Amino acid sequence: MSSASGAATAAGTKPKLAIYWAASCGGCEISILGIDTKILDVAAAFELVMCPCIMDGKVRDIEQLEDGAIAVCLFNGSIRNSEQEYMAQLLRRKSKVLVAFGSCAHEGCIPGLANLHDKQAIFENSYQETESTENPQRVRPQTATTVPEGTLHLPVFYDTVRTLDQTVDVDYYLPGCPPESPKIWEAIQAIVAGNLPPKGTVIGSDTTVCDDCKRIRNVKKVKQFKRTWEIIPDPEICLLEQGLLCCGIATRAGCGALCPQVNSPCIGCYGPNNDVHDFGARLMSAVASVIDADNPKDINAIISQGIPDPVGTFYRFGLAGSLLRRSKRPAGSDGGH
Amino acid sequence: MSQTNFEPKIVGFLCNWCSYRAADLAGIARITHAPNVRIVRVMCSGRVDPTFVLKALSLGADGVMIAGCHPGECHYVDQNYKAMRRYHLLKHTLHAMGVEPDRVRLVWASAAEGQQLAEAIDGLVADVKKLGPLGWSQNWEENGERLHALEEIINEHAEAMEVHA
Repeated sequence: MSSASGAATAAGTKPKLAIYWAASCGGCEISILGIDTKILDVAAAFELVMCPCIMDGKVRDIEQLEDGAIAVCLFNGSIRNSEQEYMAQLLRRKSKVLVAFGSCAHEGCIPGLANLHDKQAIFENSYQETESTENPQRVRPQTATTVPEGTLHLPVFYDTVRTLDQTVDVDYYLPGCPPESPKIWEAIQAIVAGNLPPKGTVIGSDTTVCDDCKRIRNVKKVKQFKRTWEIIPDPEICLLEQGLLCCGIATRAGCGALCPQVNSPCIGCYGPNNDVHDFGARLMSAVASVIDADNPKDINAIISQGIPDPVGTFYRFGLAGSLLRRSKRPAGSDGGH
Repeated sequence: MSQTNFEPKIVGFLCNWCSYRAADLAGIARITHAPNVRIVRVMCSGRVDPTFVLKALSLGADGVMIAGCHPGECHYVDQNYKAMRRYHLLKHTLHAMGVEPDRVRLVWASAAEGQQLAEAIDGLVADVKKLGPLGWSQNWEENGERLHALEEIINEHAEAMEVHA
């Protein structure tokens, strides 16, 4: 299956499937393989034309396809450079159904936290400041290099990480970091059966992690937020009531409340529920209402002591896709020259 | 970064029972105040979801005012305390995002405090004027290098595209 055109003659009428990664970690692909032997059913139902993680598909072969020739593209990863943006545009054009697959494509995820900085600061850190770096000539990656054979190009690194739907039109979203394998299988079955929801739907539950969590819930009044290493929580009682900032209250169900089951608070990887514009705002709204103090001094003491990293707490997975998208860019920064 | 002719856009979320009536009173009493605030009436300051504030800032507001009944005087018993907690948590997050603290303000104004509300509006407008425009959406604009790079990729791959045509 090294060539799409070669595979097309062999596999004839099977609909084409593409799986692509942009700024992501590869966990989404692992999760796809987590559907286990059902992957053979996927192979029987689809002709896989591209999946850089597991096979040698060529961009050129995708470019040669008719527009809309790919039935489904599962696109994971956020968009942080020009090559990724080009691939998003290409796969959008060639695919009938484009799915933002996983948290990075859906809402920016961990790569999106780079939006707390800009290109210049990230390059300075990566190519200068890190302990293992020795770079006295202050060498930086260049986007164009001339060699005897011609000019070589590297992708342009953007100041701001973007989600897939901030870049191209997206048909469906599959949330999660990564999406859980049973949910992937459900989505694939729906696609194969042609049983698809309206465009723009986030394929998943429309309830929150709390609904899947078996812990006992009483009254939530928190005088002190605690980090996970500070306490060994009671295994039966709601983690938020014990002072651990559990994001389950604002996070879409779909994982089966895996983290609370093992005494670890939800960190919000499944993203916002339906009709929520900004995950962090919803979570802030909920968390603020459990703070047990009635005057600004005590409220601020609880907040500053217990939530030292608010963006990393409320926007760990959703900064790029949030209303504000990023932190304020330093004055004079225009893309990092 | 102050500009001489800069007139900030401020969105004000005023509660129905106290602060909006304070604004009414200011009008009836012909108290002059800065005209920069666009008032949105909400039933209670506790109704102000942090989303409202973030959306205002991301869509071009230079500042936001949230106003409600004094603590202990809320029409809905204690919802303005929730507004207070949300406000401080939101400010904590906005600070980490680089939004100056003076751009978002929580004000208590009873229905009799038209004068105090007018002064609070003047104060916020003056502070935001000092800070200058927020222009949040400019934060995610890339320079021309991005479009140029995309063109380069398309040119480099044009050969492959031509084979098909």
